[in-house]
Amino acid sequence: MSQHVVSLEAINLIKVYLRGSEEIPAVNDISLLINKGDFISIIGPSGSGKTTLINLLGCLDNPTSGELFLGGRLIFNNTRRLSENELTKIRRETFGYIFQNFYLIPTLTVLENVMLPLTFYRKADSENQGIKLLKLLGMEHRKSHLPSQISGGEMQRVAIARAMVNMPEILLADEPTGNLDTKRSAEIVQALKDLNRSAGLTIIMVTHNRDLAGQATRMLEMKDGRIYEIDGRNRFDSHHRITRTPGASPSESQDK
Amino acid sequence: MITKFQVAYKNLLRKKVRSLLTLIGIALSAWVLVSLLGFNHGYETALNKDIDNMGFQMMIMAKGCPYEAATMMLKGGTGLRYMKQSILETIEKEPEVEKTTPILMQAVFDPNKGESGGIAAYLGVEPKSFSEMKTFFKFRQGGWFTDENAYEAVMGYEAAELEQREIGDMILMPEKNIQFEVVGILDRTGTQDDGTIFVPLKTLQKIFNRTDELTSVGIKVRKDADSNRLEQKLYTLPDVQVVSLAQVKQTIMRLISTAKIMVLSIAFIAILIAMVGVINTILMSVHERFQEIGILKTIGAMPWDIFKLIWIETLILCATGGILGIILALILSKVTDMVIRSVLPYSPTGGLVLIDLKLVLITLAAILCIGLLSGLYPAWKAGRIRPLEAIRGEVGR
Repeated sequence: MSQHVVSLEAINLIKVYLRGSEEIPAVNDISLLINKGDFISIIGPSGSGKTTLINLLGCLDNPTSGELFLGGRLIFNNTRRLSENELTKIRRETFGYIFQNFYLIPTLTVLENVMLPLTFYRKADSENQGIKLLKLLGMEHRKSHLPSQISGGEMQRVAIARAMVNMPEILLADEPTGNLDTKRSAEIVQALKDLNRSAGLTIIMVTHNRDLAGQATRMLEMKDGRIYEIDGRNRFDSHHRITRTPGASPSESQDK
Repeated sequence: MITKFQVAYKNLLRKKVRSLLTLIGIALSAWVLVSLLGFNHGYETALNKDIDNMGFQMMIMAKGCPYEAATMMLKGGTGLRYMKQSILETIEKEPEVEKTTPILMQAVFDPNKGESGGIAAYLGVEPKSFSEMKTFFKFRQGGWFTDENAYEAVMGYEAAELEQREIGDMILMPEKNIQFEVVGILDRTGTQDDGTIFVPLKTLQKIFNRTDELTSVGIKVRKDADSNRLEQKLYTLPDVQVVSLAQVKQTIMRLISTAKIMVLSIAFIAILIAMVGVINTILMSVHERFQEIGILKTIGAMPWDIFKLIWIETLILCATGGILGIILALILSKVTDMVIRSVLPYSPTGGLVLIDLKLVLITLAAILCIGLLSGLYPAWKAGRIRPLEAIRGEVGR
């Protein structure tokens, strides 16, 4: 059952940017169904719209048109847009984010960085929660260090712990290994895989490294704002476009 | 648990020099502010004390300019006018009057005083009635005159020091070329009496051909008596004017009001500069952390959270700077005193800069209000940073 509960559903998402007077469809009519517990990787060349898509899915941005459901709940459609504050509330209840550049606060220790989100979103016992996560990611011994005193791979582990501290349903990772060498990259993806397996965490990871993308349970490829599913592993020739019957409600499409 | 305060505090430590410089700016303006407010407060207190030390609350003088009268009372002056000694009896009839003392003031030019000569003030007094008013007078050496027609003098502390006289020495009154024997030297009183030479009233009247004439009468008003009513009544006397000490005080306060306005303007400008410094520092810090703040919003911070975070930083700067400035002002109040004394036309004795707890609290509150105001714009700006823009910045790299 848990394998097939819809986590996130996007219907005909379109995001158009204006460059001068020219309209650039960064995300061009994408419909996508993500189940709970999926580990999805999205690959594609630069400018293919990967980041725009993950930002839309992660409620960091409103689309030009289209609908988004989160566990059956409507987030936005063509008539309903969310304010910055409403998006923030959804984000902190549902999502965790990690980035290529880690973005740890340099003045705070590792543990303080991990606990930081709870400063804004109060939950009891943040210190225990923080230490538990650092332990899970093998970083407990570094808890009193400053970000400048640890390696890039370690920083990304701390960033993962920070993303996990509000116990999100979905973890969004935009090029999480972009600044790391091959060995550390593999370690980070392994850590994500462990979280996905042990905690049933839904993960959406954008990367341009096909080997790492292959570690995911499901692999998607973006090209020119459109998305294709890659069946099986590394079969780039047989991808097809994901389509969906328009108008069907998300509850009807829980079984795929 | 990590609090917003810790986050803000640690961020200020990130750019230590910049934070320190801003802090110094705030501390200096707090220093100026508290010192100048302390001056405003202290000057009046010191003046009140000086006026209390005059020993009488009211003076009667022959009609003339009140400014001159005020100057005469405090510094000794020229352009004197006279009234008949018989006025004493009229005054003493008033029920509010406790005591009176007749005074004749004469000023002579002493060519040996200072570098180019100066005015020496001689005050003709009746030892008995005068000393009853000036109960705080203490003799360093000797005592009052032996006879009311004697050629004897009592010197104020500074006058004696200036002329280097001991009791038994003679002093020469310039212009008239008359010698007096010094019979008493007063202790320092901290008033203008220190620079005065007292001689018997009758003697002085005789020397200057002013028999039965006075320049002023000191009046001690009965306790609980209505001094305003007495003042009104005395005004009805012909050809005299009443100088109440409240009036003198007002005159002096008016004289220094220009100086006060000037120092308050300086304080105001100092605060404006500090404020601009704070806004600049915090804005720069927000600008530098553009992405960081965006990420904070990504991980769940509401605009209000960011606003508070930045605001707390401003408050920490202002509170620390304010407290440092006040401590500085307390330590350096003596120096401030000296500087102010050197620029003012008239300074009472005693501490000019009086900083009390109330003043400290007022200054601190003012600095904090200014801090809150300065923090508004940068904090508001930081609160409006959109997370997406921060991430786009990342993509652009």
